[in-house]
Amino acid sequence: MQDFLTIDALSKYYANGFEALKSINLRVKESEILALLGPNGAGKTTLISTICGISKFTSGKITLAGHDIIKNYRAARKMIGMVPQELSLESFETVMNTLRFSRGLFGKAPNDSYLEELLEQLSLLDKRNSQILELSGGMKRRLSIAKALSHEPQLLFLDEPTAGVDVELRKDMWLLVRHLRNEGVTVILTTHYIEEAEEIADRVGIIDKGQLLLVEEKESLMQRLGQKQLTIELQNRLEELPTKLSDYDIVLAADRQSLNYTYNMRSGRTGINQILSSLTQSGIIIKDLQTKQSSLEDIFMSLVNETAK
Amino acid sequence: MNYYGIKAIYKFEIARFFRTLFQSFVSPVIATSLYFVVFGAAIGSRIQEVDGVSYGSFIVPGLIMLTVITQSISNGSFGIFFPKFIGTIYELLSAPVNFFEIVLGYVGAAATKSLFIGLVILGTSTLFVEFNVIYPGLMILFLILTCVSFALLGFILGIWAKNFEQLQLVPLLIVTPMVFLGGSFYSISMLSPFWQTVSLFNPVVYLISGFRWCFFGISDVSITTSLLAVFSFMTLCLAIIAWIFKSGWQLRT
Ligand SMILES: Nc1ncnc2c1ncn2[C@@H]1O[C@H](COP(=O)(O)OP(=O)(O)OP(=O)(O)O)[C@@H](O)[C@H]1O
Ligand SMILES: [Mg+2]
Repeated sequence: MQDFLTIDALSKYYANGFEALKSINLRVKESEILALLGPNGAGKTTLISTICGISKFTSGKITLAGHDIIKNYRAARKMIGMVPQELSLESFETVMNTLRFSRGLFGKAPNDSYLEELLEQLSLLDKRNSQILELSGGMKRRLSIAKALSHEPQLLFLDEPTAGVDVELRKDMWLLVRHLRNEGVTVILTTHYIEEAEEIADRVGIIDKGQLLLVEEKESLMQRLGQKQLTIELQNRLEELPTKLSDYDIVLAADRQSLNYTYNMRSGRTGINQILSSLTQSGIIIKDLQTKQSSLEDIFMSLVNETAK
Repeated sequence: MNYYGIKAIYKFEIARFFRTLFQSFVSPVIATSLYFVVFGAAIGSRIQEVDGVSYGSFIVPGLIMLTVITQSISNGSFGIFFPKFIGTIYELLSAPVNFFEIVLGYVGAAATKSLFIGLVILGTSTLFVEFNVIYPGLMILFLILTCVSFALLGFILGIWAKNFEQLQLVPLLIVTPMVFLGGSFYSISMLSPFWQTVSLFNPVVYLISGFRWCFFGISDVSITTSLLAVFSFMTLCLAIIAWIFKSGWQLRT
């Protein structure tokens, strides 16, 4: 499929000299769901803001369906809808009016029946004449989504859509996102949580300290993220690994007092049983066991190290 | 042109105006009535006539200008400051609208409001004094131009201001004195030659003088000069706004 959104060598310095995006390259296809995963301050919001035109960028090039987002901003921006991380809504305005405003602002002819349909989908129809200040937090979040969709965009950004959202609403939101994808809308969302990316995304991009460390199909990334490490402490020093264990991804630590075994939780069998029984059979006495999940932080670290190499 | 965009902004802003319709009208009307009582009745009884016009009528154009200028600035600045303040400006910045369309929407709405208030003041004045407007068409044109120019100035102020204090500081410290010293309540010719010369550096003098000319056919400076002054002021404001949006100053990080 054709690349819908292309980002080339995108760099951004904020006015205070801080480099928030470091030469980002990204290709996004039509009707896919991309999750941007990264810790606080990674640059997720900054990246979205530059694509939407809210932030300036220092160098690089962004195109959307072939339109340069600077030179051809009208064509590009018409296609984009964005739900900001921090909800900001006009409290005294009514739900319906704020949607009409958003739709008009993006150059679309009025269409109340479409807007009402949208509210229906987001279970807000009964609130259409309410003032925004009468809505709950979750309702406001849904209204923000409705605003972003009011002009029928082809690319939707959801900046941390699940912050302050209950399980029920989250489920509804993912349903809506999938529905949009099936209608041909591309969705880019940001999150701090691996589980969330896993649940909804087709592809996952990992971003940290302004660098896009990798963009991968979800499946292969989850394999990597499922890695754990088992540390086996030994009673006595061991000169050499028993040959039986040579098939496993196991290494003898430098102090020869412990073994490190890397395995994947997601592959059906971990091999722990066999290793432990092999050790006992070889007369090796186990002092202690310890397992450690490779956290997102570890993955970041290993990725950063990889890129540094 | 994104006509729907312009219309959306305009309607949204006018709707805000209607939500606060009462405050929007009541305070200028009361203020004007007070001016008439104080200046027209109390002081006017001592001044009698200025250039052949009774003092009560003489101050009508000045009073309208005073209100219209302050209202235009506050409407123009608030319209853009508010979304900046509450954060809804992200939508405007990410929308397919250019600076001119944004200005048409916001400044158009701000100017409409103050024009409305200006006309209400004009109506209120007829309750206190009698007067005829010699050139009504030109008077309305002049009023519209003033509303637009100062709404533009307000718009710049709204983008510049970082907080509510700053938003109120400029009108209070600069604009109000300029308007008061601009001949709202007196003819420049009443001043000593030195202060007459100083007054000519006050742009508001040209506005009030031109506006008064539309009413009574008398003025301190010629109407052509006045019109020229308004247009130059308007162009200058537009140029500044164009630059603001081009550079993203105070708007885009
Ligand atoms: N206006 C600004 N001026 C200077 N630095 C900024 C500005 N906005 C953001 N930053 C910095 O840029 C970096 C990226 O911020 P950004 O908001 O994009 O992170 P994020 O990935 O969205 O984080 P979070 O998950 O917390 O929302 C941070 O270090 C932040 O401090
Ligand atoms: Mg963020």
